[in-house]
Amino acid sequence: MTQLPEKTDRKMGLVIDLDTCVGCHACVVSCKGWNTENYGAPLSDQNPYGADPSGTFLNRIHSYEVQPETGPAQLVHFPKSCLHCEDAPCVTVCPTGASYKRTEDGIVLVNEKDCIGCGLCAWACPYGARELDKAEGVMKKCTLCVDRIYNENLPEEDRVPACVRTCPSNARHFGDLGDPDSDVSQLVAERGGMDLMPELGTKPVNKYLPPRPKDRLNEEIDILAPLLAPVVQEPKGFLGWLDKALEKL
Amino acid sequence: MHPAPSIIAFSTFSGLGLGLLFWLGIDQTPPTGWVAFAFFAIGYALAVGGLVSSTFHLGRPERALKAFTQWQTSWLSREAWAAVAALVTMGLYAFMLVFLNIHLAILGQIGAFFCLVTVYTTSMIYAQLKTVPRWNTGLTSALFIALSVAGGALLSGRVTIGLILILVAGGIQALWWKTGDTRFAKSGTDLKTATGLGSIGTVRAFEPPHTGTNYLVNEMVYTVGRRHALKLRMIAFLLMLVVPVLLLLLPYPHIFGVLALLSHIAGVLVSRWLFFAEAEHVVGLYYGMR
Repeated sequence: MTQLPEKTDRKMGLVIDLDTCVGCHACVVSCKGWNTENYGAPLSDQNPYGADPSGTFLNRIHSYEVQPETGPAQLVHFPKSCLHCEDAPCVTVCPTGASYKRTEDGIVLVNEKDCIGCGLCAWACPYGARELDKAEGVMKKCTLCVDRIYNENLPEEDRVPACVRTCPSNARHFGDLGDPDSDVSQLVAERGGMDLMPELGTKPVNKYLPPRPKDRLNEEIDILAPLLAPVVQEPKGFLGWLDKALEKL
Repeated sequence: MHPAPSIIAFSTFSGLGLGLLFWLGIDQTPPTGWVAFAFFAIGYALAVGGLVSSTFHLGRPERALKAFTQWQTSWLSREAWAAVAALVTMGLYAFMLVFLNIHLAILGQIGAFFCLVTVYTTSMIYAQLKTVPRWNTGLTSALFIALSVAGGALLSGRVTIGLILILVAGGIQALWWKTGDTRFAKSGTDLKTATGLGSIGTVRAFEPPHTGTNYLVNEMVYTVGRRHALKLRMIAFLLMLVVPVLLLLLPYPHIFGVLALLSHIAGVLVSRWLFFAEAEHVVGLYYGMR
């Protein structure tokens, strides 16, 4: 059903730490690896070894340069996947009911048997979280690894999304963002977790932790600085003679 | 947005066909017999042809019937229902006119109403999208409906009302272009809100996720056509408005009326191509593009 639930029992989602992400793309690879052979149709590639390769991914890492008013620019690696929005515009536009948001945990899923591949949900998503698979003709999106997180055949430490499990810098956290006492909620409260494009009213469940303020070299400048002797010293001896001789030329 | 030929053809021709059916439906003295048959055949060919061509861009067209299920939330599903209601009602009305020589005015009016509702639901598929600020306005619906009834009037041979309506549609089109150019900036969505990094400083897309292209960029960041957008707007405006108006003011409306209609349709097709090609999706921001 494409009617969004009034409220969900839990709000399972990710917290992504932009401070610690090193941009290694390991989560991209593990996501593609897990999801191409588990839930739903495989994530196909087109022309993977040719001149113009492309393919379906549920998680992609952008990199942004942020230039503060003073000081050097910062490079921020920016993982982006489905934010499992509370007010998910991708769900309500779906004409067939293939897209739905689960009442029990808030995960937004696509029932691929009902998907006609019209692409309207991808148009409605501001974050680029949905990609139409060229080979299968159906819409693919992050499932929050619904086939891992409740999977009792897996060891307990593996019952988290593949991207979270694989992240070598612990930049991705998984949990219930509807429970204010959960680890992820406390992390969000502590670090000022934010929504992407909040003005669009999608109410994303996933939160992003902004980069911590950078350490700065001691930039305090002595008010007497202009009066101090210049640090660069005039060369003496042979170099001094050479300097003057070249200057005269 | 990627201007898929099937969607451009669908929205243009189904709009035109439904516009024609609308005028046939509200006609106080409608044609009967074979003349009526010819008119309705053209209307149905355009409307149904357009609707069928819209299934060509589906990844799984064999499941298209499932699109009828979610009318409570989805404009695409509502469009499917409205189209069926319009075509069935008008079909019954046409059958009685053509074969039984009976004019049931109320049935025609109901059918005409559903024709307009169908065009409105089509327009809402685009106008509802907050992610495409250029489309996200009531003017989009006004434009689609105005073009539909204007084209329908020309197609049904109504010279005077057709003339007035293409002027009205042209006015809405010009206003839609003018206000559309600033709507993205006014929406308040930019790379700062997209990344949340604006509080630190100026954000610039440094490196995309991959060296190649992808579905999102192909589908939603269509920048190729925007280079000549202004010239194409002029061409569209000339073809859909200026040329037909001049032709309709000439004598011999039968010959020049056909030329006016063809010119108008060509203009609407160019305008509809621009409708998609010029539309910027907010996801382009993440890729440092619009």
